[in-house]
Amino acid sequence: MENLALEGALTVTFVRSLFAHANIVDVDATAAEALPNVQVLTAADMDLGVFGPPPFPGVNPGMGRPLLAVDRVRFVGDIIAIVISDDRATGADAAELVSVDYDPLPAVVSPYEAAKDEVLLFPEVGTNVAARFGSPEHDEKLFGGCDVAVSGTLVSQRMAPCPLEPRSAAAELGPDGRITAWLSTQTPHQDRMVLAGTLGLDPAQVRVVGPDVGGGFGAKMLNVEEVLVVWLARRLGRPVRWTETRSESMVALPHGRAARLEFTLGGMRDGKVLAYRLEVLQDCGAYAVLGAFLPNLTGLMASGVYAIPRIEFESRSVVTNTTPISAFRGAGRPEASQVIERAIDTFAAELGMDPAEVRRRNFIPADAFPHTTASHAVYDSGDYEGALELALRSVGYDELRDEQRHRREQAATTQLGIGISCYVEITNGIAESEFGEVEITPDGGAIVRTGSFSHGQGHETTFAMIAAERLGLPVEKVTVHKGDTDEIAKGTGTYGSKSTQIGGAAARLAADDVLELAKQLVADYLEASPADIVLDPAVGRLHVAGDPSIGISWADLASRASADERLAELKAEHEFQAAPTFPFGAHVAVVEVDTETGRVELRRLVAVDDAGTLINPLIAEGQVHGGIATGVAQALYENFVYDDDGNPLTGTFVGYAFPSSADLPSWEAVEMETPTPLNALGAKGIGESGTIGATPAVHNAVVDALTPFGVRNVDLPANGENVWRALREAKA
Amino acid sequence: MTRIALTVNGSRCEADVEPRQLLVYFLRDQLGLKGTNVGCDTTSCGACTVLVDGESVKSCTVFAVQADGCEVTTVEGLAQGDELHPVQQAFHEQHALQCGYCTPGFVMATISLLKENPNPSEVEIRDGLEGNLCRCTGYHNIVKAVQAAARAGA
Amino acid sequence: MIPAAFEYERAGSVDEAVALLGRDEDAKLLAGGHSLIPTMRLRFSRPSLLVDIGRLDDLRYVRENRDRIAIGALTRHAELIRDPMLREHCALIGEAAALIGDPQVRHRGTIGGSVAHGDPASDLGTILLTLDAELVARGPRGERTIPAAAFFSGPFENALEHQEVLTEIRVPKAAGTYLKYVRRAHDWATVGVAAARVDGRVQVGLTSMGPTPLRARSVEDALADGASPADAAAHAADDTMPPTDATASSEYRAHLAQVLVRRALERL
Ligand SMILES: Cc1cc2nc3c(=O)[nH]c(=O)nc-3n(C[C@H](O)[C@H](O)[C@H](O)COP(=O)(O)OP(=O)(O)OC[C@H]3O[C@@H](n4cnc5c(N)ncnc54)[C@H](O)[C@@H]3O)c2cc1C
Ligand code: FES
Ligand code: FES
Repeated sequence: MENLALEGALTVTFVRSLFAHANIVDVDATAAEALPNVQVLTAADMDLGVFGPPPFPGVNPGMGRPLLAVDRVRFVGDIIAIVISDDRATGADAAELVSVDYDPLPAVVSPYEAAKDEVLLFPEVGTNVAARFGSPEHDEKLFGGCDVAVSGTLVSQRMAPCPLEPRSAAAELGPDGRITAWLSTQTPHQDRMVLAGTLGLDPAQVRVVGPDVGGGFGAKMLNVEEVLVVWLARRLGRPVRWTETRSESMVALPHGRAARLEFTLGGMRDGKVLAYRLEVLQDCGAYAVLGAFLPNLTGLMASGVYAIPRIEFESRSVVTNTTPISAFRGAGRPEASQVIERAIDTFAAELGMDPAEVRRRNFIPADAFPHTTASHAVYDSGDYEGALELALRSVGYDELRDEQRHRREQAATTQLGIGISCYVEITNGIAESEFGEVEITPDGGAIVRTGSFSHGQGHETTFAMIAAERLGLPVEKVTVHKGDTDEIAKGTGTYGSKSTQIGGAAARLAADDVLELAKQLVADYLEASPADIVLDPAVGRLHVAGDPSIGISWADLASRASADERLAELKAEHEFQAAPTFPFGAHVAVVEVDTETGRVELRRLVAVDDAGTLINPLIAEGQVHGGIATGVAQALYENFVYDDDGNPLTGTFVGYAFPSSADLPSWEAVEMETPTPLNALGAKGIGESGTIGATPAVHNAVVDALTPFGVRNVDLPANGENVWRALREAKA
Repeated sequence: MTRIALTVNGSRCEADVEPRQLLVYFLRDQLGLKGTNVGCDTTSCGACTVLVDGESVKSCTVFAVQADGCEVTTVEGLAQGDELHPVQQAFHEQHALQCGYCTPGFVMATISLLKENPNPSEVEIRDGLEGNLCRCTGYHNIVKAVQAAARAGA
Repeated sequence: MIPAAFEYERAGSVDEAVALLGRDEDAKLLAGGHSLIPTMRLRFSRPSLLVDIGRLDDLRYVRENRDRIAIGALTRHAELIRDPMLREHCALIGEAAALIGDPQVRHRGTIGGSVAHGDPASDLGTILLTLDAELVARGPRGERTIPAAAFFSGPFENALEHQEVLTEIRVPKAAGTYLKYVRRAHDWATVGVAAARVDGRVQVGLTSMGPTPLRARSVEDALADGASPADAAAHAADDTMPPTDATASSEYRAHLAQVLVRRALERL
């Protein structure tokens, strides 16, 4: 958007709350408006209603967010006023001159405190609880018959998604009254619907274009800022542009995770798990957005890769005076796998059994698919034990345990820890559909139009490969178009790692349809029957079966069809819908822990990730690498924290510990492919697996290193200070 | 306004700038060189890295006036016609980018790193790029790209 | 973010810089800019006039001055790392400089700016204090030499007067070591520890353990009384005021100081 040449675009700068919770007594913009060409708008100018919450079942509808804070601010970063200026520098000067008179209210930062309903964010609602899922009823006999039951708490700490490109949006009102919005988004078509709904427009009046986007990771979904930019373009009748600064992004772009998970796991001395209880307290931040709903996914995936006969799940989502929580790489599923993997290790430690062995005794066996868990998920396919064995072999598990034993005997300052995580996750979780269209171009190439979006996932390449393979075209002859709601009829976008499995599948089906259409056209031209025409994929030529000499290449077909004005016949669209798939894998992490300073060094991470058939292994591997780094960042580095008054303490990249290359090792990714029966490609999603698998592996490795010291848990992130605390508590 | 004269990607240019104009915005907004990105406001991410007199510098933390008389190279100044710079080529071949937002900064930092240390070990590469952040790649392929570029004698 | 507006002048000499500073009480010197510009971007600092001394190349040097080493105030971190003279006679300066920020920062930041900024987390500040360095400043009334012990007067405060320019730093030839504990490679020190043998005595300094760089006097005294490194190190946090922030708690810093002091002494 910053790179978009929009003649005469005005700059938008938001004036954001410096208080976590306060009544707004007065906003005085006199000094700001004294600067050249500066205009300031506040809630008094706003004619639109409340934004959200999303219409998820069970989420309290009274906790939506006013587009501009009305009378009250609920987190540091809430928008109080909008500055319109000619350029960025004047905007920054003016925003500073808008003087806001606050009447501070007590802030509630911890979800525990919020759950007490003493300080209310929405007094008119009467509670801070935004949603409840699962069942509050306890089965007294849940752990009946268990030899052993272990309990613990895992806090999946708040993370800032940190796409490297901060958000940006621009909008322009056309002479025909249609509005065009350029958004850094993952979901152009959905955004069009929500924008139209919020602004009271016919969706046909709204065009959304998603240019190249510098990473999304779930966070770049339509938010109040984008709605305001579009609203401003209509109201001012001038193009407008907004680009957030990093400091702004750190508090304004929704955060992820922020869940407290309490577990009890019970079973027999032989390692067999019988029952599991999971209770989640989800912090949703100041307004109920997607975050309020996430525990639902955590509950669905509670069973992990294990056949656990009895599971009880309960969650509450509460609002606090902090940045709203939304999806972030994994969204609800990492939490599930972090807690079950910690619980299994805790159980193994209690039994004095090797954690790999406890896992083996509880896996859902490879011949038991499809499998329905006690937490109501229907897993499509998997080989969990196979993934673990492959990971253990790759890492050299037995040799590592020998070295660990040696260091323990030596009482070495630097101890070795080995951590395992076996995970299963869900992609395309709500069984959505995706749109694909394929069209032959006059030069005999093809255009693929997809409703998926790409912000670094490389769908252009993957989808081009899929269509090229079906049509027998070189991949360079296929271009992929996405992200413009005027050009692409419909779409759902990219999230939940669903793009290849449904978007790619739709593109494949559309390519197959085009091939059938081409056969008819060729049959016409060659005066043959369409049933007799075949494609030679090696050379991209359609010919009569049995006689390759009678045929026509794509290029010739296209030029002839163009001349005859029949090219339009070589175009097909397809919508593909399918049930969720369940990628899985096993990660093994090796860490060294300095038992004096607490410092943790991640030495190795072996990742076996099975996402079904891989269309483009290079791209899939890249997704895994990035995912692992995010998972490790949660395990060892990042944590978004506030002080007791709700002031962010990690609101820049200086405070927030986003790791660099120097903090991480190379990754050892090992491929495994167990195709899903649910789509023709056999593909599952890969975008979030690395993240989901890596955090528990590294977390377990740190605790494993410290087992001889009596340590049973280390808080996340397992950094030097938290390790030191755990050691100190174990000694006490 | 202060008048400055500098060389950008081999061409001389003169311009009037406000003293508070940061070099990165001068390059992007005044010269239209949009390859250099801005990812933070605390000198942390390296997305804005350019070469000033041959050394990697974060152009968000230099005023344009400070670059008066200097030689500045941005990512646009690397390719020779259609031929990518060896470091760019290596990033491309090793699939070292996903969203690509961090890439120009990494490429410039790599050029400076390899100039100072033509045969870096993996640890030296990782440490040498500590001033650049990437959220997409997990750095793995970036490190491979730097190794490949070093082998290619970039 | 964009800094508030200011005027800009480039000084052609130290004397010109001194004179320009006299023009405005809100004027500030600009050296490498790698502490000042970040604070200006967040608008924590808003000087009215910047006097750029970044081109005073005659203040970029490292040279032997009898038993001492003289370092020009504008010598950049990257130059300190490569300098053969320092490597031979006072290696811990280059060692510490190599741990500052990242390569881009080290290409711009200067030793003078590093200590004049007065950040309690400045690595070189601790080194100079540990070495009992002397800081040479030039002002309207000429030149004076300030001992490091009198230089660091508070967080982001120092003994320089408004119009004074730091021109040179003099350190003794000494063997020493610097250990820096960081959360991430490119971070500021959670805790830093310098240990050096100066004129036969072991001196120890601490980074990020109080409002300024600190000397661990109790450790030094214990060593002088013949204590073992481990016993002396137990005093590392005596008389310190380690902060609690997003990086670490005060208690953890105190603990780290003890571990790192012992390790630094053992390495010495
Ligand atoms: C991302 C990042 C990470 C960093 N990490 C570290 C780190 O780990 N450890 C560390 O020690 N430092 C770190 N720094 C700071 C870095 O070392 C700075 O370069 C240094 O602190 C300031 O030097 P400068 O030349 O850039 O000073 P400037 O920013 O130009 O000036 C700083 C202050 O000193 C004054 N000043 C400058 N020169 C003189 C002089 N000759 N006489 C009198 N006053 C003067 C200026 O007026 C100003 O107030 C980091 C900086 C950044 C941006
Ligand atoms: S934009 Fe310059 S370092 Fe981030
Ligand atoms: S490729 Fe997206 S931030 Fe590096």
